[in-house]
Amino acid sequence: MTVKLSSRTEGDTTVVVLEGEINSTTSGGLQAQLLPFVGEGSRLLIDLSGVSYVSSAGLRTLLIVHRRAQQLRTGVILVGLSEEVRFVMSATGFLDFFEIEDDLDAARERTGR
Amino acid sequence: MTVQETRERVDAFPTRRIGGYRVRAGRPFPYGAHPVPGGVNFSVYSDRATAMRLVLFEKGAPRPVAELEFPPEFRIGSVYAMTVFDLDAENLEYGFRADGPFDPRTGDRFDAGKVLSDPYARLVSGRDVWGREPDWDDVYPYRANVLEDDFDWGDDTPLGIPTEDLVIYETHVRGFTRHPSSGVSAPGTYAGLREKIPYLKDLGVNCVELLPVFEFDELDNPRTDPATGERLHNYWGYNTVSFFAPKAGYAATGRFGMQADEFKTLVRELHRAGIEVVLDVVFNHTAEGNEDGPTISFRGLDNATYYMLTPQGEYYNFSGTGNTVNCNHPVVRDFVLSCLRYWVSEYHIDGFRFDLAAILDRAPDGTPLPNPPLLEQLAHDPILRHTKLIAEAWDAAGLYQVGAFPNYGRWSEWNGKYRDSVRRFIKGEPGLVGELATRMAGSPDLYGGRTASASVNFVTAHDGFTLNDLVSYNDKHNEANGEDNRDGGNDNHSWNCGEEGPSASAHVRDLRTRQMKNMLGILLTSQGVPMILAGDEVGRTQLGNNNGYCQDNELSWFDWGLVEANAELLEFTQRLIAFRHAHPVLRTVDHPVGSDRVGSGFPDISWHGVGAWRPDWSAHSRVVGLMRCGRHAKGGAVADDHVYIGINAHWESHDLELPGLPEGQAWHLFADTSLAAPHGLAEVGAESELHHPGRYHLGPHALVILVGRDRRTG
Repeated sequence: MTVKLSSRTEGDTTVVVLEGEINSTTSGGLQAQLLPFVGEGSRLLIDLSGVSYVSSAGLRTLLIVHRRAQQLRTGVILVGLSEEVRFVMSATGFLDFFEIEDDLDAARERTGR
Repeated sequence: MTVQETRERVDAFPTRRIGGYRVRAGRPFPYGAHPVPGGVNFSVYSDRATAMRLVLFEKGAPRPVAELEFPPEFRIGSVYAMTVFDLDAENLEYGFRADGPFDPRTGDRFDAGKVLSDPYARLVSGRDVWGREPDWDDVYPYRANVLEDDFDWGDDTPLGIPTEDLVIYETHVRGFTRHPSSGVSAPGTYAGLREKIPYLKDLGVNCVELLPVFEFDELDNPRTDPATGERLHNYWGYNTVSFFAPKAGYAATGRFGMQADEFKTLVRELHRAGIEVVLDVVFNHTAEGNEDGPTISFRGLDNATYYMLTPQGEYYNFSGTGNTVNCNHPVVRDFVLSCLRYWVSEYHIDGFRFDLAAILDRAPDGTPLPNPPLLEQLAHDPILRHTKLIAEAWDAAGLYQVGAFPNYGRWSEWNGKYRDSVRRFIKGEPGLVGELATRMAGSPDLYGGRTASASVNFVTAHDGFTLNDLVSYNDKHNEANGEDNRDGGNDNHSWNCGEEGPSASAHVRDLRTRQMKNMLGILLTSQGVPMILAGDEVGRTQLGNNNGYCQDNELSWFDWGLVEANAELLEFTQRLIAFRHAHPVLRTVDHPVGSDRVGSGFPDISWHGVGAWRPDWSAHSRVVGLMRCGRHAKGGAVADDHVYIGINAHWESHDLELPGLPEGQAWHLFADTSLAAPHGLAEVGAESELHHPGRYHLGPHALVILVGRDRRTG
């Protein structure tokens, strides 16, 4: 199982779309790919609607990216969480750290304020 | 100057290959499995093994993927350590295979046919989903996993609430929300309990004490319910498999191996709500049982170190469960200490209640020690320095140490005498007025020279009748436990109020409610630390079963329908707890002595009977009043009102003459358990002045709580 990454820029927001599973075998490479998108002044939006499972290591990767963004005084928004991913993140407390939106449109509305 | 980049370690490179894996000699500390750059470090102790192997499984696989023997150069002292590179830690399960002599007379019970679980495993798989039928032929049923302990606690720490200010709530992680009526998204889990934090806040408790949460096997109970034929579980979990691992089956995310994060999140959120977390820990025995029990870990690694053995090499059984942990052996002391430090530093646990703690002061040959090194060490350990330590100060072999537990000024005790005295007095037994008075004053007879918080006061606990059943049953009814009602205690001091079990009689039911309120009233106004059994505030019943250890069903689960059905009792409890929080005089550290220590003109505690200042200590008396002088609160450091508690355990009403108050003050009614709701219960701080200033007519089987403070003018 792998995770595929594609990205595009929308104004001052970088949208990263992930597909696959984020687990211990994929998360190391994913972290290296994601961190360069974290930059000063640009917000990172990660679309997880194509992600079926995020393991413990995967959640840690997302939180590390979020922490790095915080250090640079910007943010990470997660969108498109499946019911199971959202449940796991909620039960384990990871959900508390992120900004979450249902989908891209809701996130655009928020960032477009 | 700051350094940004992460520097590589010079030992992050393998030195050789074993079994196809790149490895190097590991670091003996810390014990267990820990991620290191490039791999995982494994370390295990065995003094008597002749060979040790690391056994690796891919997650869930029936057979190992590899076995790596530790070469002699990978051993320092009696510790085997190896770093294995390129492992996918998340999909890895590991164990050990120890070879050595099998000679029970010398204490050795090595069995190279077994894969052994790591005693220091911080994550264990195999019982990930509660009650799910496992593969009983699994070569490795309780599998050690690698855990990354990098939880983001923010600024959270253990709360450090003064012990005397605690109101403890004893509950069971699964039982609290497993009932279909709980309405939480993940019933029966850490996450479910987290959703009920608002209920706990409303109740007013500031500490939850959780029945065992260290990994155990709920399926290790061989019994069935004789009526239904259903499998009985080990629901309570007093049979630890793995001491460093949180119970996976209590986590909604246990099937993903995320129980550690889920439990830590629960602790963090409880702390945010001002609620401490005390764990009930079972260090007196393990799940390995006696000679006939399973070899899981300790027995196969170093039987003679971990267990108390007779000179013939048989297991001592001071715990009543087959084996006894050799707690004062230096290696085991270190194990227990490391374990508790771990739970405090990595899980921010606020305190521990030690099951059958008297075993912790026995020497390896079973002799009770006057200065048990383990207890002394725990009392003075830097990490545990402010951790609450609570002893169940007896064991199953007759060592009873309530009031005499070696405490080093640090340990509190479950006060079993408090429980029995309150029950017997409220039941109406004669000759108990003096005894009750001593218990309500913090049991200075037991804990003189120690603080009043040495006494954890309780009327009910998980073990025994619930409060509702204490007033509804004369006898235990444990048939469903599969032992012909032989199990469970017979010294319940219970009274059914006239009818055994549920009653249609309004008189019986009213009396029961009053008796429950009476006991809660005594509990929450006594000196010491009150502990409430979860559900007692809403009249939870176990239908007379006083030993619910195996009842993983609606008999034991918290029925949330009771919150509405018994709203009156709940409100009474909530306000009583609020009353205790509002009145520091009830939570003074030192025992009251009965004299005026601050020049208020009143003793810190005074005793009364039908006549003020004239307590009746005689054998036929069933009435007592006690007054606490608010000027003595917290040793005179803070101001408080006077509080008067009048208790009538007699079946007739009595007119109580009230002690006089300073000029300008009057008695105000907070609670009277004989009055039907909504009368007889005031909001804390909004109590009304009594019509008759000097006397109070108290009904049969009733308790009154009065506040003495300035008369409101106008």
